[in-house]
Amino acid sequence: MTDTTAYFEFLCRMGDNTLVLGHRVSEWCGHAPILEEDIALANTALDMIGQTQMWLGLAGEVEGEGRSADDIAMLRDAWDFRNCLLCEQPNGDFGQTMMRQFLFDAWHLAMLTELQNSSEQRVAEIAAKAIKEVQYHVERSGDTVIALGDGTAQSHERMQKALNLLWPYVGELFTPDAVDTAMAEAGIAPDLTKLRVGFDTHIGQVLSEATLAIPDSNFAHQGGKSGFQHSEHLGHILTQMQWLQRAYPGASW
Amino acid sequence: MYAQMVKSESTDESAEAIAFQARIDAGEKIEPKDWMPAGYRKTLIRQMGQHAHSEIVGQLPEGNWITRAPTLERKAILLAKVQDEAGHGLYLYCGAETLGVTRDELTEMLLDGRMKYSSIFNYPTLTWADMGAVGWLVDGAAIMNQVPLQRTSYGPYARAMVRICKEESFHQRQGYDIMMKMANGTPAQKKMAQDALNRLWFPSLMMFGPSDAESTHSEQSMKWKIKMNTNDELRQKFVDQTVPQAEYLGLTVPDKTLKWNDEKGGYDFAEPNWDEFFEVLKGNGPCNTERLAARNKAWDDGKWVRDGMMAHAEKRKIRKVAAE
Ligand SMILES: [Fe+2]
Ligand SMILES: [Fe+2]
Ligand SMILES: [Fe+2]
Repeated sequence: MTDTTAYFEFLCRMGDNTLVLGHRVSEWCGHAPILEEDIALANTALDMIGQTQMWLGLAGEVEGEGRSADDIAMLRDAWDFRNCLLCEQPNGDFGQTMMRQFLFDAWHLAMLTELQNSSEQRVAEIAAKAIKEVQYHVERSGDTVIALGDGTAQSHERMQKALNLLWPYVGELFTPDAVDTAMAEAGIAPDLTKLRVGFDTHIGQVLSEATLAIPDSNFAHQGGKSGFQHSEHLGHILTQMQWLQRAYPGASW
Repeated sequence: MYAQMVKSESTDESAEAIAFQARIDAGEKIEPKDWMPAGYRKTLIRQMGQHAHSEIVGQLPEGNWITRAPTLERKAILLAKVQDEAGHGLYLYCGAETLGVTRDELTEMLLDGRMKYSSIFNYPTLTWADMGAVGWLVDGAAIMNQVPLQRTSYGPYARAMVRICKEESFHQRQGYDIMMKMANGTPAQKKMAQDALNRLWFPSLMMFGPSDAESTHSEQSMKWKIKMNTNDELRQKFVDQTVPQAEYLGLTVPDKTLKWNDEKGGYDFAEPNWDEFFEVLKGNGPCNTERLAARNKAWDDGKWVRDGMMAHAEKRKIRKVAAE
């Protein structure tokens, strides 16, 4: 794997995570349980789409084949997507959406914190911009997980179910492969295994305040960030997201 | 408009009511703690509530395209717009709450059909060009009404309008920008743009409500300065502003009778089909069922969330007291 290939892959991972999760969150628009949540969910999705533009824009530059962020987002098929499996999981109920958001935000915060010290200045700059938004996201998703976990018996049960459902998708975020190793060696991105300790402390604190039990299993689904095997959900996301660009090739919008 | 056919209560001849009217005539703002006639309060709750509901239901036709927006930038702009509309709903509910009604009460009335929202949001958004046409025409029509409402007599309503108007004119420009792209795009895009105008032109004219000659509610509301212009005045202004914009886009307004009238200094144009309008208000528009079902589902599915959050807030309060 040449350096540029690994770097491009890494940038697609960052950008596809926010692209796909941003898409999922935007599905809530107009359907949230409270007006304030409609506003907050739209705001979170908006931030993630903005981050996508930065990551995929840089990915296009690094690749050097003249692809824009939009080309990369709208004109690749599922096997070229590099988001982790967690991000493409369906919304489920509001609790499931917020649990997914919290687990992702907590990883994202840990990742961006380290990426601010990246040897690549452009990466450090994007991370410094994104982290301000993500600090707010994780505070909000964490507070919601606490409130609903430690709310009524029904809300507690729903949140525990959501955690059990999503837990097997956490491990992928911390399991390094050849791309991650190359990035860590080049000083572009951190060693993922080292992020885990801080993540565990962070989520441990929130989940215990939420009176939720972390499942006693380390099983982790893999295949999203490598692109080897996504879930069936991704293809349906893409049929919506890419439809106009596919149906009217070459049009400018 | 976002508030259509708002039934106005009548006033009385008490000394207080006469003094109140004098304050309004002098251009003073009425604030929540001030004395006001029961009819003024009731009419305003209806009007602000309906306006707020329109912002909330208005999220749905545009939300329909967020996941299909053609570029990342368009997706971001549309998300920001829909987020603004939810924010408008929030300010307006807060404004209405100063009149002694709660947001939950207003919501219940929307969900069980006792209160209305603007007829326009019962029309479907079928192509991407509709995101342009909604911004251009629907936000454009809303602005026509809302700019004068910045001078309305009720302070909290006037102040909400100042904030909202800034964002609405931004929405209108963005909508027009989409229309420009489409109208100057491929033949298929141009067709989408014309199709959007064909479908949304008359429903946009309906937003202003039927002619005031037929509207019994206007007069008192105008005296109270909670309605600033007649429906016909605003509709004329909208047509006069919009027709040249359509021409600039190279699109045809779907009205064969449309003609400049030198004498009145405005366009002559066809009335929308008011039978259709009244059917939409009765619940028979193309999307009434879906819109109300979507809002009801959001509310019902969200009950456990609201209950959970309330329960948690209670627990925290108790813990805090216990710790003190
Ligand atoms: Fe609005
Ligand atoms: Fe609007
Ligand atoms: Fe608007």
